Amino acid sequence: MSGYLRQLLAGIVVTIELASLSLLIAFVLGLLGAAAKLSPNRWLAMAGSAYTTVIRAVPDLVLMLLMYYSVQNLVNALTDLLGQPQIDIDPFIAGVSVLGFIYGAYFTETIRGAVKAVPRGQLEAAAAFGLTRWQTFSRILFPQMMRFALPGISNNWQVILKATALVSIINLHEVIYAAQAAIKGSSWPGGLHVLFYLSVAGLLYLALTTVSNFVFGYLEKRYAAGFERMAR
Amino acid sequence: MIDLIKQYWQPYLWGSPPNHISGLAMTLWLTVASCVMGFAFALPLSVARAAGPSWLRWPIWVFTFVFRGTPLYIQLLIIYSAIYGLDFVRNTPGLGAFFKDALNCTILAFTVNTCAYTTELLTGAVKATPRGEVEAARSLGLAGASLYLRIILPSALRRALPAYSNEVILMLHATSLAATATVPDLLKVARDAYADYYLPFPAFGIAAILYACLSMTFIWLFRKAEQKWLRHLPTT
Repeated sequence: MSGYLRQLLAGIVVTIELASLSLLIAFVLGLLGAAAKLSPNRWLAMAGSAYTTVIRAVPDLVLMLLMYYSVQNLVNALTDLLGQPQIDIDPFIAGVSVLGFIYGAYFTETIRGAVKAVPRGQLEAAAAFGLTRWQTFSRILFPQMMRFALPGISNNWQVILKATALVSIINLHEVIYAAQAAIKGSSWPGGLHVLFYLSVAGLLYLALTTVSNFVFGYLEKRYAAGFERMAR
Repeated sequence: MIDLIKQYWQPYLWGSPPNHISGLAMTLWLTVASCVMGFAFALPLSVARAAGPSWLRWPIWVFTFVFRGTPLYIQLLIIYSAIYGLDFVRNTPGLGAFFKDALNCTILAFTVNTCAYTTELLTGAVKATPRGEVEAARSLGLAGASLYLRIILPSALRRALPAYSNEVILMLHATSLAATATVPDLLKVARDAYADYYLPFPAFGIAAILYACLSMTFIWLFRKAEQKWLRHLPTT
């Protein structure tokens, strides 16, 4: 049993890595997407809207299976064409890119809203001081935007964390996969082992979401420095 | 690809033997059944959590905390495989028959999950009722149940409508998990089509388009609902 529990712990580490890397990719895609949607270029704005509308209208599980199997198919066709042996896509890389791509659409909306919430005067003042575009972004817009974006980011993070559970469906060895392996390998009287290992997996998730709640609470306080706490 | 569409358009859209329920109809049924039941349970729970005695408040808090803090996929696995895996459940006639059926298990899991999110969302809306509204109602002699039924709940439900429309869309998307429990919803049909023809793009692409159409329909319905019930608010 302790061997299985160790595998579950190893699985939750994979979950944390998967979620953190996906968050990073989604955040960067979100910044790019928001820049596209807010850009004066009509085509860029349209591409940004298409990205957020399509991705947010389709379930993440469906997108995940669609992208995973389609890309694997393309890779197979390519290796066949070149006469190379078959390459299997690594489930971790697949999971990170698919989750990052999907939640990038949600981040685009979060960041777009946050950027629009920064008073225009701030940007005009930056221009008046002669700051370059990069300086305006990194010193004026980004720090202020983060205050408005944090509640959305924290929400998206919790969703990504829970969405990682789906990646076991494409055979990534994360917590749920470990729990299912443990269930297959054991047999307790009364059939209790199924409930036990799944509950342990659930409790590990619960611990993760609880810790992240505290971390985001701290971050929100930090980025709100200099502002009165809003009344609840 | 043409063959795939020829053979599978009925299972996707209109239903075909042996179950005569299409993937689309099953997805819609899962969404509507779990949302309606989840909402019905969430309404009293949220009032109890916002204004009930503390021995009622904290168990409801624990319930929403646990079900919002864990993935729905684990909840579904626990209800679908762990509970039926227990010997005493399998040997109790009524329980065994209920948990043996995949559809019962998925609807139960989805209902409990959306109930937790909806409870939290409605609690926020009830707590955000302006003091003046409650004071005005009290000064007119309303109290207890009629205060809630006539003043607080109509006002809170209106306030919760935009957030609730989000929850329904998320639930629609979450129903795709039913395919992992062998319930013949849209994604299950897509996976069967994929297994038959080994063409992932059309198989899952058709499902994706149908899910997108369902999402747009729900969004449109909720926009109509907001225009009707939130007409007093300034349009943004």
